[in-house]
Amino acid sequence: MSANPKGTVSTKTNGAAKTSAGARRGVAGGLATWVEAVKHDRRATFGACVIALFVLVAVFGPLFVGDPTDLVGIPMQPPSAEHWLGTTGQGQDVLAQLVVGTRASLLIGFSVGLIVVFVGALIGITAGYFGGRTDALLSLLFNVFLVIPGLPLAIVIAAYLPSGPLTLGFVLVVTGWAWNARVLRSQTLALRNRDFVAAAVVAGESNLRIVTREILPNMTSLIVSQVIGGTVYAIGAQVGLEFLGLGDVSAVTWGTNLYWAQNDSALLTGAWWTFAPTGLAVALVGFGLTMLNSGFDEITNPRLRMQRAWRAFLLGRGHEPSRSTPVVREHA
Amino acid sequence: MRYILKRLGFYLLAAWVAVTLNFFLPRLMPGDPATALFARFRGMLAPEAMDALRETFGLTEAPLLIQYFTYLGHVFKGDLGISVAYFPAPVLQVIGNGLVWTVFLAGTAVVISFVVGTLLGVTAAWWRFGKVDTFVPPTAALIGAFPYFWLAMVALYVFGFKLGWFPLGHAYGDYVTPGFNFEFIADVARHAVLPVGTVVIATLGGWLLTMRNTMVSVLGRDYVNLARAKGLPPRQVALRYAARNALLPSVTGFGMALGFVLGGSLLTEIVFSYPGQGYLLVQAVRSQDYPLMQGIFLVITLAVLGANFIVDLVSLWLDPRIRESVS
Repeated sequence: MSANPKGTVSTKTNGAAKTSAGARRGVAGGLATWVEAVKHDRRATFGACVIALFVLVAVFGPLFVGDPTDLVGIPMQPPSAEHWLGTTGQGQDVLAQLVVGTRASLLIGFSVGLIVVFVGALIGITAGYFGGRTDALLSLLFNVFLVIPGLPLAIVIAAYLPSGPLTLGFVLVVTGWAWNARVLRSQTLALRNRDFVAAAVVAGESNLRIVTREILPNMTSLIVSQVIGGTVYAIGAQVGLEFLGLGDVSAVTWGTNLYWAQNDSALLTGAWWTFAPTGLAVALVGFGLTMLNSGFDEITNPRLRMQRAWRAFLLGRGHEPSRSTPVVREHA
Repeated sequence: MRYILKRLGFYLLAAWVAVTLNFFLPRLMPGDPATALFARFRGMLAPEAMDALRETFGLTEAPLLIQYFTYLGHVFKGDLGISVAYFPAPVLQVIGNGLVWTVFLAGTAVVISFVVGTLLGVTAAWWRFGKVDTFVPPTAALIGAFPYFWLAMVALYVFGFKLGWFPLGHAYGDYVTPGFNFEFIADVARHAVLPVGTVVIATLGGWLLTMRNTMVSVLGRDYVNLARAKGLPPRQVALRYAARNALLPSVTGFGMALGFVLGGSLLTEIVFSYPGQGYLLVQAVRSQDYPLMQGIFLVITLAVLGANFIVDLVSLWLDPRIRESVS
């Protein structure tokens, strides 16, 4: 169950190797670059707004709605003025459940996204940097984890552990880290052979310093995009596992909302309001994160950016842009 | 040949890891696994079922190593123990009943999704910034963000419940007799439209984007320009020259995506009460049928490993570089 094994990476690998100028600019300057990046790309702006909205709901939302487990009305009522999104099969308020569920689901999503990349980076960079037997062994490890189907493995592990957010997080990390390790290994491998790394080795810098000062800064954009991808994966997989009934079914999260909707045969009674809003929320967060990611993609990859600028330049002069190899130019 | 053996060795190793995980997981449970398991089932199970459980897990007084080898022996003989939920049916038999449906569902969906997605990717890259390229990838990305099973719920609600175009669940209706006759096959197809359709729609975007991105970079290559300069028909340049070479990353990704797609299709099965592995899995989770759960994990893993091996053989055939590097 690797985090989106397609698409996002192929365009990244060649672009992530920026000059070390980005690293030298310092943290404040770096942050400003990212904010600029988001503002300039329409997709990224859209994504950032969506994510900000959901984070706000997760933080402050529960203060404005009642207790989501309270039985407030007749079961299976369609949306009305009193209950904006109707009631569930037990007579709870769907809106309250959606809002309160946002907090737990996003929390697990973002923390698993971070941990998965951390574990992946630790193993992937170690393998790529040291090479040789270490590489062979670690590569074998993550390749085996990549090829074993994630969901069945997650189910088997989760079934044996006490159900709750910690179990869920653990299971998601176990089944999710391998993809990140694989991508970061090949990126490290590519950087390892660059001249500036060779220079650092000759200068007698320690391995730790080379990894943290020379290699990691050049992978920042890749790592950020992996954290985003990892979060998308974690939210999706978490909802799937909880839908199966492997989470804590008494807690209120997006996954358990869907679990109860399916359990109360919401579909066969036509109660679309019990499952539609939650799924839309999951998809909006996932889509928002992907959009944010694609914005970073273009900003941190000079080639992609130049391509767009060149195209706009040609179109502005009334030329039909033809297909050409993207080249990094200084103008624009 | 050496390449094939190497890959085969890797899959055997992966299979061994899966089998070993399967052995140790119950033993990682807090406390003594035997008592914990039995405490959970006390009063719910006949004594014979308890014995069957003990037998399945090899939870005897013997040292761990002996237990492990006994277990390996059982697995090799295809003995995965007795199911609790379907007592006294052996796990393998329970799984076998559902396996055909899962392979049918996931297989059809993956193939359709791969072919259609790849072709759309070729189209998007060929007419870059055209209509297909502008609208299809974002739409596919949006749809891909939905959980498979949620799309399945919506499809079931709209096309099954509201419009009544398709049946609400199961693999075939009660009124047809299973067999090789037109009526049965047509009925199975009718029942498969919604589950296959949702998985296809959910996974299409991934293939499309991979193919589009590689195709874009391949289209800038010299040999494509040469083919164009020779005056070959565009169709031939697009398919025979560019697409064929751009296909490689997609094929390599195919094996890896398989496990992912399978996970999604298991969840989809649950929504449609489709009698495959996913449906069994949820039964197993609900009734805490550990032998069945583990059996499903093992069988699905082995199936995915086998499929990956086939993908390796295909890429060997597609990519002369692999052949060259080996011989």
